[in-house]
Amino acid sequence: MNNQTLIQIEAVSKQYGPARGGVLALREVSLDIRAGEFLSIIGPSGCGKTTLLKMLGDLLKPSAGYIRVKGKTPADSRRARDCGIVFQTPTLMEWRSIARNIELPLEIVGAPRGERARRALELLDLIRLREFAARYPHELSVGMQQRVAIARALAYQPSILLMDEPFGSLDEMTRERLGQDLLDVWQRARVTIVFVTHSVGEAVRLSDRVAVMSPRPGRIERVIEVDLPRPRPAELRELPRYWELLREVRAALRLNG
Amino acid sequence: MTMRLIRKNIQYILIPFALGLFLALWQMVVVVNRYPMFILPTPGQVVASWIDNWQNGIIPRHLGLTLCEIGLGFGIALAFAVSVGYLLAKSPLLEKIVSPYIIATQAMPIVAIAPLVIIWINTGAVQNALIAALITFFPMLVNTIVGVRSVRPEYRDLMRSYSASAWQVFAKLELPAALPIFFGGVRVGVTLSVIGVVVVELLWADRGLGFLLNFARGQLDTPLMFATVATLSLMAIGLYLSVVILERILIRWRRNVQ
Ligand SMILES: Nc1ncnc2c1ncn2[C@@H]1O[C@H](COP(=O)(O)OP(=O)(O)O)[C@@H](O)[C@H]1O
Ligand SMILES: [Mg+2]
Repeated sequence: MNNQTLIQIEAVSKQYGPARGGVLALREVSLDIRAGEFLSIIGPSGCGKTTLLKMLGDLLKPSAGYIRVKGKTPADSRRARDCGIVFQTPTLMEWRSIARNIELPLEIVGAPRGERARRALELLDLIRLREFAARYPHELSVGMQQRVAIARALAYQPSILLMDEPFGSLDEMTRERLGQDLLDVWQRARVTIVFVTHSVGEAVRLSDRVAVMSPRPGRIERVIEVDLPRPRPAELRELPRYWELLREVRAALRLNG
Repeated sequence: MTMRLIRKNIQYILIPFALGLFLALWQMVVVVNRYPMFILPTPGQVVASWIDNWQNGIIPRHLGLTLCEIGLGFGIALAFAVSVGYLLAKSPLLEKIVSPYIIATQAMPIVAIAPLVIIWINTGAVQNALIAALITFFPMLVNTIVGVRSVRPEYRDLMRSYSASAWQVFAKLELPAALPIFFGGVRVGVTLSVIGVVVVELLWADRGLGFLLNFARGQLDTPLMFATVATLSLMAIGLYLSVVILERILIRWRRNVQ
């Protein structure tokens, strides 16, 4: 562990149910996540990506091995509110306006009303949805709802954003646009992002590094450094390096040939 | 323009129209067949009896008592349904242990338990309320459980990731999420509590609208019977509507959904 490491995952296994007859979802996964990086985790469906992410956020306990988030156990880190989480579905509360949805985590922390409102406006500006502050979730498209979910996850200024296939249910065009938006947010909010995806292109476009997982029981197969320029140019697809990296990730996933 | 306005609000024109038609037919049946008043009074006689008995205070007194019993019975049922329902929703094991007994209270004919309740508790209003509560709590209990269980696990994960307290999870997630389903139970519950109280009053009370109905029958005062039934119906409709209005106020966000 060097001084850049923000999250340390050390030989973590996760067993659902009994040792016999249960499911071994992850086997001895080790990975160091660096401060400030955009790290994608990619792997076939059912390889344990969600499981891994939930353990980072202390929504699940590892069966073996250990995790340190900013040097703390996941439970302590959760209580210190180091992480904001974005799920695959927006998970907004339909009875709260958009602004009040974004304020929810601040309400739970006990932030004063004025500060909550100020912060919500700030975040609404960040995701460019200010004019929707008083609307309700069902009045927004799913893509917009997911942007709100991202804003909400940022509300109490966590240093880490855990995202579980946040754009998985969106169409390709919305998906790419939200990816661009997310890079923007990442740069401005200066957070570390752990981004689960099953899209090779998305992983390469967005990330500094891509961790490729094997099928169940999941392991980290390879970690690929994405040495593409930042900020990512609009004509990314014209760079030969982009295609090389795609091929590399696909090879690690055993998708080639 | 006016045609569209009329078509849109056609129900508000047709409902009183249907009522008027019904009253006219009723009047005609009585007049044509020359029924004596104790068999079938005319609508006019019923209204006269109602005004009479309202002014001399008989209907208001019994109505007040019946309303108190309903309020008490419904309140007991509500408190029980919400607290026990919440516990059962949170603990599947507890639910497995307790639910046979709860279902048994529903399988038992309520009228059969009533004499026991009357032996144990000797204040008329309270015993009536308790018996009403017994038949009222069930739909509210079931809907509380279903409502709290309807919260999707991601939402619980979300609250956990904020390290929300149990109270915050209840107040900010479970309660609002369960409200729409819960109110379905309250609507049924309020109707049942009216039925419960009136049936018990009919059987063995010496006060209340149920008793008044029985009393009028004994006196062969059929117009008063009709007036009492009308009072009961209006009361039940009023109670139901207040629940619907409360629901609208509390679940405002739902109105725009769909
Ligand atoms: N609560 C659970 N109980 C039992 N098995 C589970 C549970 N959650 C996930 N699994 C299993 O663990 C494996 C990994 O699941 P998951 O982490 O959701 O994969 P991914 O997100 O990569 O698709 C899958 O085979 C899944 O069936
Ligand atoms: Mg998953």
